[in-house]
Amino acid sequence: MDALMLDGNAIAGLLQEVFGVEMTTAVGTCNGCGTAGPVGAVHVYRGAGTVLRCPHCDNVLAKIVKVDARVWLEMTGLRTLEILL
Amino acid sequence: METLAFDVPAWPGHRAGQHVDVRLTAEDGYRAERSYSIASAPDDTRVELTIERLEDGEVSPYLTDELRPGDAIELRGPIGGYFVWEPSQGGPLLLVAGGSGVVPLMAMIRVRAAAGSDADTRLLFSSRSWDDVIYRDELERLQNGHLTVVHTLTRSQPPDWKGYARRVDAEMLAEVAPSQAVQPAVYVCGPTPFVEAVAAALVGLGHEPARIKTERFGATGG
Repeated sequence: MDALMLDGNAIAGLLQEVFGVEMTTAVGTCNGCGTAGPVGAVHVYRGAGTVLRCPHCDNVLAKIVKVDARVWLEMTGLRTLEILL
Repeated sequence: METLAFDVPAWPGHRAGQHVDVRLTAEDGYRAERSYSIASAPDDTRVELTIERLEDGEVSPYLTDELRPGDAIELRGPIGGYFVWEPSQGGPLLLVAGGSGVVPLMAMIRVRAAAGSDADTRLLFSSRSWDDVIYRDELERLQNGHLTVVHTLTRSQPPDWKGYARRVDAEMLAEVAPSQAVQPAVYVCGPTPFVEAVAAALVGLGHEPARIKTERFGATGG
């Protein structure tokens, strides 16, 4: 366990900025273990960018890097993301 | 700990458990942003934040020491929809707080009281000492037959203390929490190691992981 680990709630503002809607209740399915769960419950690590990991198998779900008004998203670890518009 | 009240024009209202992002911009354009849980129940355009001053923080010392009544700051929110509770969800409700992790849970307790809800609610609140207990008097006042507040004091206790005096563990949770058989909604908020230990103990007691919502503070410089 990493004391610096956060969860999806901590990046709700960033995700809302990127996607334009509330995202912690969106449901993502892990491409590693196939478990589906709310974005609010994923494990989050912050460094130069933000890394989202599956709380069940630790697979990297997504990486987010934001610099000024530009955002890079890498989401190959997510099979699907179900968003309520 | 300091509680700051902001009047936010056109505030759309919020749900208990949501937070705001506070953004500070220096004269040279440098920006620092931090998330703070909303402490108050929804009340028109008023938003209260309870902020823990972190000695080496970039944002919290400014908010607690420099900000004066009448100053304006940049707030974004309300944010979040996962770690929220509304009186219409009913109970039973188990809230487990570590230190300043009580803030979003206090918003739930306040909105519950404002709505006149009698949902069975138990707050297990871990603090270092009696003097460190945030919202202590208000929690004492709000306690009634349907709201139980149980403290554990981990570092020092008053001389006549008869309550818990250790970190939250499975035995304590078994004594305080509603049985998993009645399927309480559980909200756990605090530093990451606290949240991990509490969530693991609750799952060990048979509580459904999907009913345990967690919010971790981590160790980020506020």
